[in-house]
Amino acid sequence: MKDQQQSSVALPLPAGRAAHALGVWRNPGLWLVLAVVGLAGAYPIITNQAAIREAIFTILLSIALASSLNILLGYTGYVSFGHVVFFGLGGYLGMYLLSSGVSLPVAVLAGGMIAGLLAFLLGSAILRLRGAYFALATIGINEAMRTFISNFGPFGGPTGISLNFAVYKPYGGAAQALWLTYYSLLILTLVAIVLSFQIKHSKFGLGLRAIREDEDAAEVMGVVTPRAKTWAYVLSAIIPGMAGVLFFFKNGNIEPLDAFRLHFSIELLVMVMLGGQGTVLGPVLGAAGYQQLRGFLLTNPTFKDYQLVLAGALLLLIVLFIPAGAIGWLRSRFPRLRRVLP
Amino acid sequence: MLLHVHNVSKSFGGLQALNDVSFELPEGQILGLIGPNGAGKTTLFNVINCVYPPTTGRVTFRGADVTGKKPYDVSRMGMARTHQIVRPLSELTVRENVMVGACYGGNGHRLREAARIADEVLAFIGLGERADQLAGSLNVAQKKRLELARALAARPQLLLLDEVLAGLNPSEVGAMVETIRHIRDTGVTIIMIEHLMHALMKLADYVLVLEFGQLIASGTPEEVTSNPAVIEAYLGDPKLAEGLMDSA
Amino acid sequence: MNPGFLLAYLIDGLLIGFVYGIAAMGLTLIWGVMNVINLAHGPMIALGMFGVYLLYVNASINPYLALLIVGAIGLGGGFMIYWIAIHRVINAPHLSTLLATFAVNMIIVGLGTAIFSTSPYTMDFSLGSLRFGMVTIQGTRIVAALAAMLVTGGLYLFLYRTATGKYVRAVANNRAAAELMGIPSARILALSFGLGTLLAMVSGGLIATFFPFTILSGGTYELKSFVIGVLGGLGNPLGALAGGLILGLFEGIIPALVPNTWVPVFEFLLFVLILLVRPTGLFGAKR
Repeated sequence: MKDQQQSSVALPLPAGRAAHALGVWRNPGLWLVLAVVGLAGAYPIITNQAAIREAIFTILLSIALASSLNILLGYTGYVSFGHVVFFGLGGYLGMYLLSSGVSLPVAVLAGGMIAGLLAFLLGSAILRLRGAYFALATIGINEAMRTFISNFGPFGGPTGISLNFAVYKPYGGAAQALWLTYYSLLILTLVAIVLSFQIKHSKFGLGLRAIREDEDAAEVMGVVTPRAKTWAYVLSAIIPGMAGVLFFFKNGNIEPLDAFRLHFSIELLVMVMLGGQGTVLGPVLGAAGYQQLRGFLLTNPTFKDYQLVLAGALLLLIVLFIPAGAIGWLRSRFPRLRRVLP
Repeated sequence: MLLHVHNVSKSFGGLQALNDVSFELPEGQILGLIGPNGAGKTTLFNVINCVYPPTTGRVTFRGADVTGKKPYDVSRMGMARTHQIVRPLSELTVRENVMVGACYGGNGHRLREAARIADEVLAFIGLGERADQLAGSLNVAQKKRLELARALAARPQLLLLDEVLAGLNPSEVGAMVETIRHIRDTGVTIIMIEHLMHALMKLADYVLVLEFGQLIASGTPEEVTSNPAVIEAYLGDPKLAEGLMDSA
Repeated sequence: MNPGFLLAYLIDGLLIGFVYGIAAMGLTLIWGVMNVINLAHGPMIALGMFGVYLLYVNASINPYLALLIVGAIGLGGGFMIYWIAIHRVINAPHLSTLLATFAVNMIIVGLGTAIFSTSPYTMDFSLGSLRFGMVTIQGTRIVAALAAMLVTGGLYLFLYRTATGKYVRAVANNRAAAELMGIPSARILALSFGLGTLLAMVSGGLIATFFPFTILSGGTYELKSFVIGVLGGLGNPLGALAGGLILGLFEGIIPALVPNTWVPVFEFLLFVLILLVRPTGLFGAKR
């Protein structure tokens, strides 16, 4: 009995790259993920509840960021501990532009672009490092950025940038602006998922995964590793940059400590690991699961003080016993489910 | 000439691994590369394959000077190799492994075309039913064949085989020899590092002998195996000397 | 700039640098022996701070004697952490050990915060100060530097003059070969980890004698340890000490040239620069 086709190419499709990209939409797994996230995201809109919207906003943000990190971590195998730097830098540029009267869409794009630019410039330099050295470099960069911006006048130094209420006027006032950022984030998250899926099932993604498995062998086989890694880094940075602008716009205020919280980077790593690195669904579930757990722990009187301890214990258990994460484990245990659990 | 190695020397700190090695390789030939362990054979492959540059000397492939280039550059020009210690992409399936070769080798195929080529090559090499298995789950002999399949999928003009017969039982060796001959017949030029002399005798048109990084002899298999310098070099390595004697 | 001040800063920086060096040695030793970056390094430093503080405040034990107790706890604690969290993934890709040690970090900080909250603590401890002309140096700094030198000497003696120390060096050099020669590598790894955390806790204890601290302070010193470790060459304990001195001097001088808040910027830029230009550090890393 032939096993279910697991490789990325399954059905006969019309020739051409565009058709192949379109072919990705034939995959039931992608639709499943988009449907789940889309429905969850639509729920607060339909019921018009601001409180739930806030909770879902946090989850969507985590999903978008974790999925982006997965491109570098899960697909390419490079561990970044400082991924939050793109979130923070994008956020800062966006807030700076917003406070100067620039419109939100432009600010969001600018945030994404500067994050991508940083990744491009840094990438060529630090992606030469392997393993733990690369991880340390990413920490160094985040900390350097944080401390630098704390001293950087135009970005408000240690007190950061605050948005004046007038900024929300063009969007119909603060309350409306909150809904607007929510819709935007929902769309951005769905885009992040599609991007993640597209990459995984592309020739580029195959090259990345070869790099993850054995970078030297990949080079011998013809993968231009510096270029591939840099692009992976850039692609993993753009969405966090854009999401940063949305988040801080909603927040009304950005400060170095909030923007470049190393701990947040680590939480993203946990989410990707928890759900299953290298899968599309993994970061989504991991992000949702982690945020739910965190929310539960923080609001529960018995566990409130021990939130960090329990999260740490959970992480340890995953690392020791289920390193492939929830989805990774399911996929290896039930190979037939692979098409549905991308 | 497909490949030209000009006065290549390679030293690692104080260790001289290759010393002034030169040879030319015409298209369509199977070149054997033999020598005792530690003679520098794999190092020579690494220099030709641009894993690291030579300390001095040049390498010319398909008329272009590739000295100092990177492995992915020469791969795109049509060079592929297998490794002595296999390096499968463990968490990828067998098919995906071969697809990497097809996508990133000389012809740069798209994914779907690469999948088709992969299935073809896997069928040819006898790993067809294992296409969806994870590469890490194969045994060593299968991994060696996967390594070869990956290289073939790149449709190379020059194929570097590093001890592809090691660890195979006699019938497997026979099958692999046939396969290699077949590959050459499709127009691929091959350099083979081998210790199995009787297999090499059957395949190689020309043989180079390395010892301590230097080319000590070259010629047809018959010429080389009756060369006293070669026999002396191998006497330091009893197992190899036996192999040598067996085929002489 | 008053030369007296500058000299005072420099000497101060140098003395503190010794203590930084000990901390970094803990980190670099673990990396050198088992290729693991201990992300629980920071909390161990913080535990050392609290350990010495509690023993001093509640049991009136002299801080320097308390260091012995704290060091022993560090050794035992590290031993346990190795067996529980690390042994299973010691041969797995780097990400696993990074996350495992980070998980331990989260657990310790979480427990610590629950017990001690994040408020600052200060040890009311002073050994007076010495005056050399224009320069005044605090007694605690001098003793801390001396203690650090003693610890370094002790480590050196252990590694180079005892059989167990030789096993540690053997395992660091080539674990497989060491095992083939009958060295119980797992136990040596656990011991080495324990040594690393011992050094972390001792350095924390010393820092507590002259700086205020919170449960989160470990993080700052952990980052400094990374910088120093890379500067001196990961895996090279003497390099770590030298790196610590260099960083201490750096921290002493920079405030004289630019506002204090810029010091971390330069530190991290230096860090990234070293990683890019000379990842093996100034004195040569292993691997």
